[in-house]
Amino acid sequence: MATDDELDVAKDSQLGGARSVGLVETQSWTYDAAPLELECGQSLSPVTQAYEVYGELSRERDNAILIFHALSGDAHVAGYHTPEDRKPGWWDIMVGPGKPFDTSKYAVICANVVGGCKGSTGPSSIDTRTGRAYGLSFPIVTIGDMVRAQKLLIDHLGIRRLLAVTGGSMGGMMALDWAVRYPEAAASVLAIATSARLNAQGIAWNEVGRQAIMADPNWHGGDYYGKGSPQAGLAIARMIGHITYLSEEQMRAKFGRRLQDRDSFGYDFGTEFQVESYLRYQGNSFVRRFDANSYLYITKAIDYFDLTNGHHSLIEAFAGVTAEFLAVSFSSDWLYPTAESKEIVKALQANAVSCTFLEIPNPYGHDAFLLPNDQLADTVTGFLANVYRRVRERLAAEGTQR
Amino acid sequence: MSPSRKRQPTKRRLDYELIAAMVPQGSRVLDLGCGDGQLLAELAQFKQCSGRGIEINGEAVLACIQRGIAVYHGDMLEGMSFLRDHSFDVVVLSQTLQQASDPPRVIQEMLRVGDTAIISFPNFGYWQVRLKFLLSGRMPRSSLLPYTWYETPNVHLCTVTDFRRLCSELGLETVREIFLVPPSRQISAQLANWRAGLAIFQVRCRT
Repeated sequence: MATDDELDVAKDSQLGGARSVGLVETQSWTYDAAPLELECGQSLSPVTQAYEVYGELSRERDNAILIFHALSGDAHVAGYHTPEDRKPGWWDIMVGPGKPFDTSKYAVICANVVGGCKGSTGPSSIDTRTGRAYGLSFPIVTIGDMVRAQKLLIDHLGIRRLLAVTGGSMGGMMALDWAVRYPEAAASVLAIATSARLNAQGIAWNEVGRQAIMADPNWHGGDYYGKGSPQAGLAIARMIGHITYLSEEQMRAKFGRRLQDRDSFGYDFGTEFQVESYLRYQGNSFVRRFDANSYLYITKAIDYFDLTNGHHSLIEAFAGVTAEFLAVSFSSDWLYPTAESKEIVKALQANAVSCTFLEIPNPYGHDAFLLPNDQLADTVTGFLANVYRRVRERLAAEGTQR
Repeated sequence: MSPSRKRQPTKRRLDYELIAAMVPQGSRVLDLGCGDGQLLAELAQFKQCSGRGIEINGEAVLACIQRGIAVYHGDMLEGMSFLRDHSFDVVVLSQTLQQASDPPRVIQEMLRVGDTAIISFPNFGYWQVRLKFLLSGRMPRSSLLPYTWYETPNVHLCTVTDFRRLCSELGLETVREIFLVPPSRQISAQLANWRAGLAIFQVRCRT
């Protein structure tokens, strides 16, 4: 995730700016018609999902884009909740009038994942059966479960077919899952800095993060609500995460061996190096906004994700896919490396699915997809414009046939 | 990813029109080293072809995306490796064969994924090239071979005779051949190895 300190908000993206969606509100929808049957065999009910919508749905309802957030994201993609907000939503650089996900053309939707802690049902939610927070009695959810929950929301919003599903990192996994699960429900997929399955190194980092949380004495087997939360463990997990989001090159450029607020070694275990200071800041600010159990559940969902599950190969998994694909990777991203985007592309090509692949040369590591990048912006803008043109042409052709 | 290659000048390549004319209406076309996607865009617009490109230059890939062309950013052999056999009617390689690390494999891959291949290349046997080399004793440069020896991406230059020999070694038959003198005059096949600056071959596997 991009760091707070490096995202200076451009003037036109500040509240009231021409390219800002402005003040927005998180909405909430609860599904209780039937329990959501989960992959783990358990079920969940009711299922509340927090979501935000920007832009207007067209009369034909053919211009909706669903953005999936990554591990620590939420439904608040763009704009501001209050005039006092210091920062806009997490992908404000990409979402707004005149931006790549152009809210003057498209209706953009984003929902907090099930298992999260930003308004959707998750381990910190109250279990209606007990009146207490779920904690670890919350069932294990998968990427597929999160996607199925969001499909219910999209149905509820009356959208039959999305113009695009998209996301980076875990969000990209969800977009891929959507395309395989609901081939008719999206015209295109923009899979950014993602993978069809997390590699062993990624699982390893996630596991270290989880162990840090669970080793914190304040974790109490996940039953810490109303008591002190495992802040130290969660902060360490976040610090580990941040190491994996940056490239070695970027870390060297950004921090080097420079010391923080001092000229010489203190010969103690205080914060001395700038990189230590950065990680501690990231860790400490994260615990104020994120639930430790959600971190466990969501990282586990990422670990479990493997599009080939239930298939012989990735090629077979993509067999029924009809959406047009755009896959983008960043050259210095070693957490979701280019080779894994290419794996997706190759499996799509083997199915003769229309697919575009671009590797953007960039030093910022996995974080790159959240940072301003002209090439990514132009790519998304161009790709969406052509998808929308084709969707419209098809619609017009069908209209004349009738 | 290999280092960024020198691009052909962005102006319309002189062989595009002739290549476009060789592509049947409504066919499935793969363009290797498709640049900014101009050929594919024209084939889509005027001949209702469905096209796909492979291109190593990121800026050119972006131009393709903006034109709405599906493109793979990377090496052409890698890009072709997961395409199904005969998933294209025509595979085009315009003035890029000489830049490939393994030209015979590229041609074989082209004819695995496609039914026919259209390949154009600058003829190193062209009399002007020979004369320049003979008289100046330096690596020849021209509009078709614009690079100095130390910056050229052309690592596998060949002559018309060389190409014909390779085709016969690979068991290919020539469907059509077109020869050009710069800037765009078409000439007969007679003494083509001397007279042609640029050659366009359409080949397929011998049945």
